[in-house]
Amino acid sequence: MYGYAGRVLHVDLATGKTVVEPLNEEYAKRYIGGIGLGIRMLHDYSKPGTDPFSSENPLILTTGPISGTMWPTGGNGHSFVSKSPQTFGVGESKAHGSFGTELKRSGYDAVVIKGKSDRMVYLWIDDDSVQLLDASHLAGKSPGETEDAIREELGDYYIRVASIGLAGEKLARIACVINDKTRACGRTGMGAVMGSKNLKAIAVRGTRDIVAAKMDEFMEYVKEFHERMKGPATQKYRALGTPENVLVHNSLSCMPTRNYRNSRFEGAEKVSGEVLNEKYVAKVIGCSSCAMRCEHVVVVAEGPYKDTMTRMEYESLWALGPFCGVDKLDAIIKAMDLCNYYGIDSISAGVIVGFAMDCYERGILVQSDFGGVDAKFGNAEAMVKIVDMMGKREGIGDVLADGVKFAAEKIGKGSDKLACHIKGVEVTGYDLRCLKTAALGFAVSFRGADHNRHGAYAFDVKGKVNRLVAEKGRGKMVRDMEDVYNLIDSFIVCKFSRGTYYKELDDMAKLYTLVTGFEMTPQQLKLAGERIQNAARLFNVREGLGRKDDSLPWKVMNEPITDEGPSKGAFVSQAELDLLLDDYYESRGWTKEGVPTSAKLRELGMEDLAHTAGKM
Amino acid sequence: MVKIHERKFVSADPDKCVGCQICEYACSMTKEKAFNPLKSRIRVVRINQVVNMPVTCRLCENPACVAACPRDALTQSEETGVIIVDKDKCSGCGWCIEACDYGAIMLHPDNKVVHVCDLCKEKGEPQCIKWCPEEALDLVTSDVLAQKARITAVKKLMKEAVQDATKAK
Repeated sequence: MYGYAGRVLHVDLATGKTVVEPLNEEYAKRYIGGIGLGIRMLHDYSKPGTDPFSSENPLILTTGPISGTMWPTGGNGHSFVSKSPQTFGVGESKAHGSFGTELKRSGYDAVVIKGKSDRMVYLWIDDDSVQLLDASHLAGKSPGETEDAIREELGDYYIRVASIGLAGEKLARIACVINDKTRACGRTGMGAVMGSKNLKAIAVRGTRDIVAAKMDEFMEYVKEFHERMKGPATQKYRALGTPENVLVHNSLSCMPTRNYRNSRFEGAEKVSGEVLNEKYVAKVIGCSSCAMRCEHVVVVAEGPYKDTMTRMEYESLWALGPFCGVDKLDAIIKAMDLCNYYGIDSISAGVIVGFAMDCYERGILVQSDFGGVDAKFGNAEAMVKIVDMMGKREGIGDVLADGVKFAAEKIGKGSDKLACHIKGVEVTGYDLRCLKTAALGFAVSFRGADHNRHGAYAFDVKGKVNRLVAEKGRGKMVRDMEDVYNLIDSFIVCKFSRGTYYKELDDMAKLYTLVTGFEMTPQQLKLAGERIQNAARLFNVREGLGRKDDSLPWKVMNEPITDEGPSKGAFVSQAELDLLLDDYYESRGWTKEGVPTSAKLRELGMEDLAHTAGKM
Repeated sequence: MVKIHERKFVSADPDKCVGCQICEYACSMTKEKAFNPLKSRIRVVRINQVVNMPVTCRLCENPACVAACPRDALTQSEETGVIIVDKDKCSGCGWCIEACDYGAIMLHPDNKVVHVCDLCKEKGEPQCIKWCPEEALDLVTSDVLAQKARITAVKKLMKEAVQDATKAK
C-alpha cells in the first residue's frame, strides 16, 4: 500500500502481548485514517456501556494516509480515539508536531491499546520491535521531562514521545496527551484514559521509507501548496497567530468573559494578540513538513514568571485570561505552561477556573476551599494557583480536575447552572448566545463543546449569516462543515491550512489519490466525511447519548447578553435550539431523536453498523 | 583549481529556521526517492522550541573525516570541496562520524556506508535550499559568511552605541 503503512499494532497491557494485523483496506478507503479510522475501529474493539476507565476501553492511536510524507502540515499528524471519560461517548483528539510522522515510519496506521498494566509502563515502538518498559521512575514527571528522560535512556535524541503528566496519572478527566513538548491531544480526556491503563508514554522510532503512489505528481502538488501557503489563506496564522481573535471577538461582543457573565472584556487590549506578539513572542516555529508555521513560542522576560516558555494560542489565552477576568499576559503564559507541565487541556482548565471563580463570587465556594486564596474574577495569581491545584489534584483542585460537569455534581448548590460545558466538555472561546450557527455546531458536536468539529462560527463571525438569528438552513451549513472537518482530521492535515484547499474536496481528493494510489472522487470523499459523522453518532447512540445531550450550557439559554453593543440581549431559547436541531437532523437524514435512519446508513454503505442504531 | 575560500556550502540561519524539517524531506526525496529523515544529508536539531538549526557538511579545509578514514574511502573534491565516498571501500566503521565535529557525515540505514551532503550535484543546486519555505538556508562561501557575521555584529554594536548615546542625554 502507498500512504498507508498497511498494518495495525495491537497491544495488550495486561499480558504484554502484541499482535500485528493487516489494515482493513475497506476501512481505510471508507474512513480514510486519523479520527475516522479510529472511530470505526472503536466500534469493533469496545463493548457498549464500558466504563472509560475500564481496562476494556481501548485507546486507539492512529495516523492518516498523508502522515510521513512531505505534504505541508499533513506529514505529521496523529490522533487518539477512545470512549471519553468526559462525554461517555466518542472521545477523540489529534495533534501535530513530529510524532505522527515517526509512527508512520515505524510501520503502523493504528495502534490499539487494551488492558491495564499492573505497574506504570511506557510503550516503546522501535519499528517491528515493540516492548513495554518500566516507567516507575517517570511517575510524576511532566510530558516534557518524560520525553527528555526517555530519549536519554534509549539513547536516541530523535525518538518521538507522546506522554501524560501527573494529571493523567491521577485520572483527571481533563488530562491530555502531549508530544513534542507543546503539542497536545487536548480535548475529551484521552490522557486520563491513558493514565487508567498505567501507560505513561508511547515512544516511537521509525526507519521505514514513506513513498507516495504517484511521487512526481505528488511533488508537483507539494510545490503548488508551498506557494499557496505563502499566500493570504495562512496569513493570520503566520503573523499574529490565533490570538488575533481576541480583539476581533471582543469587537463583535462574542468573547465569553468571566464565565459567561459578559460577552466582551474590558481588559482585551492588554491580552491582545498584538501585545502578545510585541512583548512575548520569541519565535514562531513549525511542525514537521509544515510550510506555513504557526506555533507562537512565548517567553516571559521578567517578573514573577520570568523564563516561562510555552506555546500560546487564542483558545488557551482566552480561557485562562478573559474567561477568568484575567488581564495579565505573564500569568496567562505561566498557567498555560502549568497545563502542559501537568498534562491538562488548557481550554478546559481555564473554563474550570472561571467556573470556580463564579462559584466563589456567589458564595458557593469559599476562600478556605482555595487554600486561602481570594479566588475572585481577575485575580491572576489565584488563576495560576487554581490551575496548579488542578494539575496536582490538591484541595478543591481534586474536584475541579474532572471538569465542570463532574465538579458541579459534587459541589451542588445550583452550581450546575454555572458549569459551561456540552456533553461534559468545557466550552471554547465563542459566545454561543450571539453566534447561532456556531451554537448549533457546538450542540451537535459528537465530542462535546468544540469549535474544531465544524468551524461553523466562521459563518457568524464573517457576517455570512445573521448571527443573532436561528433559522432553517443552518443545519445544512453545519453539516457540510462537519463533513469537511472530519476529513481534515482523518487525512490528517492541519485545520490552519484549510484555506489553502481552494477547491476543498476536489483538492483533497486529488491529494488522497496521489498519495495512496486509490482513485478517490470528491463525491466519494464527501460521503466518507458523512460516514465518519454517522459512525461517531452511532457510537454515541450506542452509549445512550441522544437529542437531550445535543444541548447548550444553561447560561447560553437563560442569561441574555447584557453588554452594550451588537450582541446585547442575545441568547438561545429552547425553541430556537429545537428549530436548529430539527433542521440539522433533517439535513443529516436522522430521526427527530437524532438517530441515523436505516435508509441513511444504507445510502452510506454502513449496514455493518445498523444494529447499533436499532438499539434505540 | 578552486581555492578553499571560494568553495560554497549550505549554511543555515538559526534565526530564520523554524524546525519544520522540510530540508530533510527534500533531501531524502532527491537522493533516495523516499521520505525518510534517516536518509537525509541534512538534519535539523531542535534544542528547545526557540533554538532550531539544520546541520550539514561544512566542506572543511583538511576535513577530519577524510583524515580519519582508515580505508581511504573518503576524498575531498578539489573542484567543489564536497566529500566523495567510495562506497566499495567504505565499511561503515564510523571513524569519520566520530571525527566530524558537526555530525554531518552519517551512516546510511540500509546500505551501511556513510553519506554526506554533495550539494545535489545531479540537480545543479542543493534542493534543501530550494525547498526551505523560510529561506533559512543559503549556499555561501566562508568569506560571505564572515561578511554577514561582520555586518550583523556591527549593526548590533551600533544599535547599542545609539542606545547608550540616547541614555547619556
